[in-house]
Amino acid sequence: MEHIVIIGNGISGVTAARHIRKLSDKKITIISGETDYFFSRTALMYVYMGHMKFEHTQPYESWFWKKNRIELKKGFVSKVNHEQNELVFQNGETLSYDKLILAVGSKPNKFGWPGQDLDGVMGMYHKQDLQNLEKYAPDNTACKRAVIVGGGLIGIELAEMLHSRHIPVTFLVRESSFWNGVLPAGESAMINREILDNHIDLRLGVNLKEIVADENGKAKGIVIAETDEFIECDVVGLTAGVSPNVDFLRESGIELGRGIKVNRYLETNIPNIYAIGDCAEQHEAIGSRRPIEAVWYTGRMMGETVAQTICGNRIQYKPGHWFNSAKFIDIEYQTYGWVWAKPKEGTSQFYWEHPNGKKCIHLNYETDSRKFIGINTFGIRMRHEIFDRWLNEEQTVEHILEHLKDANFDPEFYKQYESEIVSKFNQENNTSIKVKAKSWKRIFSRV
Amino acid sequence: MKAIKYTGLVLFLAGLAIFTSLLFLGKYEVTTEAFDAFTTSKGIKSELFINSFKQRITDKEYTSQFTLSSDILEILDSSNEIHKKNQEWDKVIWDKPHNFAYDLIKPAGKGSIVEHKGMYWWLTFGLGIIGSLMFILPNIILLGAPGIKNNGIFLNAATNRGWIGIGAFVYLVAFYILLYFRPEYIVNWTYVLDPISSGLSGNLASQWFLYGFLYCVVMIVMGIRMYIKYRHNMYQIIRTTAVLFFQIAFAFLIPEILVRFNKPYFDFKNAFPLDYDFFFDWNINNLINSGNLGLFMLVWGIALTVIIVPVMVYFFGKRWYCSWVCGCGGLAETLGDPYRQLSSKRLVAWKVERWLIHGVLIFSLVMTAFTLYSYFTTEATVLGIKTQDIQFYYGFLIGSWFSGVIGTGFYPIMGNRTWCRFGCPLAAYMGLVQRFKSRFRITTNGGQCISCGNCSTYCEQGIDVRAYAQKGENIVRASCVGCGVCSAVCPRGVLKLENGPEAGRINPTDVLLGNDIDLMNFVNKK
Ligand SMILES: Cc1cc2nc3c(=O)[nH]c(=O)nc-3n(C[C@H](O)[C@H](O)[C@H](O)COP(=O)(O)OP(=O)(O)OC[C@H]3O[C@@H](n4cnc5c(N)ncnc54)[C@H](O)[C@@H]3O)c2cc1C
Ligand code: SF4
Ligand code: SF4
Repeated sequence: MEHIVIIGNGISGVTAARHIRKLSDKKITIISGETDYFFSRTALMYVYMGHMKFEHTQPYESWFWKKNRIELKKGFVSKVNHEQNELVFQNGETLSYDKLILAVGSKPNKFGWPGQDLDGVMGMYHKQDLQNLEKYAPDNTACKRAVIVGGGLIGIELAEMLHSRHIPVTFLVRESSFWNGVLPAGESAMINREILDNHIDLRLGVNLKEIVADENGKAKGIVIAETDEFIECDVVGLTAGVSPNVDFLRESGIELGRGIKVNRYLETNIPNIYAIGDCAEQHEAIGSRRPIEAVWYTGRMMGETVAQTICGNRIQYKPGHWFNSAKFIDIEYQTYGWVWAKPKEGTSQFYWEHPNGKKCIHLNYETDSRKFIGINTFGIRMRHEIFDRWLNEEQTVEHILEHLKDANFDPEFYKQYESEIVSKFNQENNTSIKVKAKSWKRIFSRV
Repeated sequence: MKAIKYTGLVLFLAGLAIFTSLLFLGKYEVTTEAFDAFTTSKGIKSELFINSFKQRITDKEYTSQFTLSSDILEILDSSNEIHKKNQEWDKVIWDKPHNFAYDLIKPAGKGSIVEHKGMYWWLTFGLGIIGSLMFILPNIILLGAPGIKNNGIFLNAATNRGWIGIGAFVYLVAFYILLYFRPEYIVNWTYVLDPISSGLSGNLASQWFLYGFLYCVVMIVMGIRMYIKYRHNMYQIIRTTAVLFFQIAFAFLIPEILVRFNKPYFDFKNAFPLDYDFFFDWNINNLINSGNLGLFMLVWGIALTVIIVPVMVYFFGKRWYCSWVCGCGGLAETLGDPYRQLSSKRLVAWKVERWLIHGVLIFSLVMTAFTLYSYFTTEATVLGIKTQDIQFYYGFLIGSWFSGVIGTGFYPIMGNRTWCRFGCPLAAYMGLVQRFKSRFRITTNGGQCISCGNCSTYCEQGIDVRAYAQKGENIVRASCVGCGVCSAVCPRGVLKLENGPEAGRINPTDVLLGNDIDLMNFVNKK
């Protein structure tokens, strides 16, 4: 029986295993050095915040693996010998495979800051980081202040986490406004406000110079590069992005860039070795996507795709229209298609913001053809399926606005803002679009 | 703010302590006069009972209802035993002993509590209400901006089955055991409500009035907590208002007022088979003998179960009843909200749930079939089983133990819908309609789910919502009561409760959007 070995029990590795099992009878082993069972990394924050227990982050009960004949092995792989089809573990054990899937995920970036390996300094990626945080920042007496370095999605999550335990937070963001490499100015400013409203000490446009140790080798403060200001703190969170976790493959002969280089079939340069999820790097970016996509659903989709290929139905990884979501403290964010931080030539934007400053939408479309390119929506939920269809159909921005109620996904009885949005658009563009009532027929009609 | 909160907590605990200590404070004396009146009104023929009672109990002051009750029961038992031995059936007192004792003790109270009912109301209910409101209201500010604030729930001993939770569990279970099985012990609690009860129905408060009043008070106070906690969520606000309204108006005030006008006590929203004694002969006779209004109630009760419930479930899902109207649901969604995360999500729990809840449904239907058969044929025994026995066992096992002691007492251990999930026969019935013929579903928003598990954790019905959401499948489950909390807590806007066309309700998007269609054709091939 063919033996499929998967390194990494994250969403991509586990999805691959599940689908290989659905399609075949092959022997499947999943290896991870992090945890015994698959858990949802995206939910780590909720464990620290007390919304959930760690066991709630595990999507499958422990009997699931046995029932589906998926073997789980705990341990760190230190070497891949592809000539022998063999893995070597840190403890010297070996394991042979017929096909190998690398789903090894990412690790937090560290840019060689002095003091980056001190006690009390941590990323927020692995379960071990959570345990570390629990150790150094159990409450606001043990941790009088925390400094977070790096203003991305994980940085703001970490800020929210610490804030939930009433630990004062200083948040160092290199950019001049939060996440403005991705978010346009309006949205970015909204999130700046949200951070400040939660009494988080947001410092924009600053970099970390060094982390200072106390006599026991534990962090006692940081210095800001621009001002040389010293900020006393007990914990430093490094959240300046992540990069593929591929150091142990440097000597393996597998082609690496920043990540593990793969073609559209998720195959590496070595036959029988595949890479999926956060660690995979496309030779060429697909559409406007990045070559390395470190998001949950792309990991899942790569897992589904590679399972087909391994089970004899070789197909390409073809992610559809871009979408994503996040939550910035209390503000939910969804995006469908593309809204770029800096408008591209030939495109126009329309921005509406609620007077309370906590809801907005931002539409992006081609100026001449009126073709809809994408939407950012903050504080209003929208239907994925509808936007996906509109993008497929290459609908115009006018069509989108006219039918915006079809896309509303807020819970029942919520106030709806379509007419306000559209009348602002009409005013700015001298149009006379009328909002149509929601239609179940349109929502459920298939293309 | 914190100071107000903690003062509130102290006041609440003081109220609770006084309330509890009332059980140990009363004085009682059954006067000869009162006893004579009692025996005449009850038509008691046993001289044995009357004489020993007069010898031992009347005109004697008791300092505890426990000893008084035990003396009464002892006399009752021994006289009944002798009459039974002598086959003097008409002299046997067939009343339920503890209710019998309650009826004797209630008018026997004297001393401070009976003389200062109003003051004791303030010291118990008053302190409890003021204290808990002082504890709850500062949350408007302390919780921060509107939004989901579940911080610390699993770090708090009250809500993670810690010692406070266990304490609440023991207290609730003890309360229900007293309420259902030892009403004569809690007669002091009923005194403090006499003025309110008299004002409403003209009668002194019974243990059921105590329960109804307490129920409303708890729901209002904890409903205010819901309003604050979910003030950003209109669905929760409207739903909470609806359950409060139906509890206060339909379950509490209207029945009491009906009684005041000599009409049958009737809760218009309580549907059979949750209302399991609706078809009992005493209820049917009572309604038939109450003129047009009684007949209307009879027809309404039947129509409610046979027509209104299934039609409404078809259009809106069983949520219209379970989390908008029902009293049990109302308590679960207010008092029980802090415990919703404790329901088990394991597969075995689901299996147990299906066996139990459908078992209770069948039990209730069989019991009712026996009842109706006996009613129309006037035969007391069906298939060798006494109808009265099966009614008694249903009432005892399901009506008292399951729905009360376990159903509510276990909130702090097994989550707030223990009864609704595992026991309620009406929920089982509506669940079948909801699963197979309804427009209600929870739509999953394409591929946005990140499998975080908030939805499953906070589903009071123990549904593993994530298991569906992460596959892009809609949630169509018999047990979903449509509380809307999964949708509220989802950080990615994945879930929406909605009523729509039946076509495409189950798996309308088997496709995890974002993926290319070709792949999804393969993935969906099972
Ligand atoms: C705090 C946080 C929040 C996030 N929130 C979101 C979000 O809201 N939305 C979103 O789309 N994405 C989010 N992400 C990103 C998302 O979690 C990742 O894209 C996804 O988990 C990647 O899955 P993966 O299977 O590729 O790798 P991983 O989940 O990283 O799994 C890889 C596993 O392989 C193990 N491993 C690696 N090397 C070895 C080795 N040599 N030997 C043995 N085991 C090894 C690792 O220990 C790890 O357990 C978040 C990430 C974090 C950290
Ligand atoms: S599935 Fe959602 S709406 Fe239904 S009972 Fe569970 S939490 Fe409530
Ligand atoms: S809460 Fe939302 S994102 Fe999290 S598992 Fe449930 S549906 Fe998915």
